[in-house]
Amino acid sequence: MSIEVRVPTILRSYTGGLKVVTGTGDSIADLLTNLDTQYPGLRARLITEEGGLHKFVNVYINDEDVRFLGALDAKLNDGDTVTVLPAVAGG
Amino acid sequence: MLTIDAAILDAIVAHARRDHPDEACGLVAGPVGSDTPSRHIAMANAARSMTFYEFDSTEYLRVWRDLDDRDEEPVVIYHSHTATEAYPSRTDISYAGWPQAHYLLVSTREPATTEVRSYRIVDGVVTEESVKVVNATADPPSRQRTVPASIQE
Repeated sequence: MSIEVRVPTILRSYTGGLKVVTGTGDSIADLLTNLDTQYPGLRARLITEEGGLHKFVNVYINDEDVRFLGALDAKLNDGDTVTVLPAVAGG
Repeated sequence: MLTIDAAILDAIVAHARRDHPDEACGLVAGPVGSDTPSRHIAMANAARSMTFYEFDSTEYLRVWRDLDDRDEEPVVIYHSHTATEAYPSRTDISYAGWPQAHYLLVSTREPATTEVRSYRIVDGVVTEESVKVVNATADPPSRQRTVPASIQE
């Protein structure tokens, strides 16, 4: 189970500048836990203290926003690409 | 300082006017590291609101992939305020996630004049910057003004 993860500029301070990293997991939650062992601090930028997906980021599996796929419970398959983008929003 | 082509700035202002009283949003892409905004992309405001804006997540992914393929990045991220001044709100600051981008705000609250101001927003700190408009033809003098740039309609 290998998942390619595309990391936005703002989070590359956690990945040693890497734009693309690889992790494992059957769900987004598992993947983020795995990534955090490789890149400590990354998970906390994506998940709130209450344990939900942060509203300041968009996370996609292939072409789909994970909010439409069960959020952190969204299932992953070998070869999927996960893309993280900073949400662009405001008042 | 933000240096931006007059035609692109005019297109941004026209977008903001068109969507008024809802907030309009979009970006101007440019080559990575160039700090040169060259390709205007008007985005849908998924919130369709007078007080909030949000890039449609599916459209945003598609646009971002296209940028990435072209070795571009968002050089300018803009949105409008339709009843308040062109200054970042607390929500704008909390969401600002592209530290290398110029955050351009357009206020359409006055029917006759459009206020355009630009900011850097990094780690929650807002720094206003001047706006230099280039390649303008037959400009009203006001368009050359910076901080804040005010465009006569």
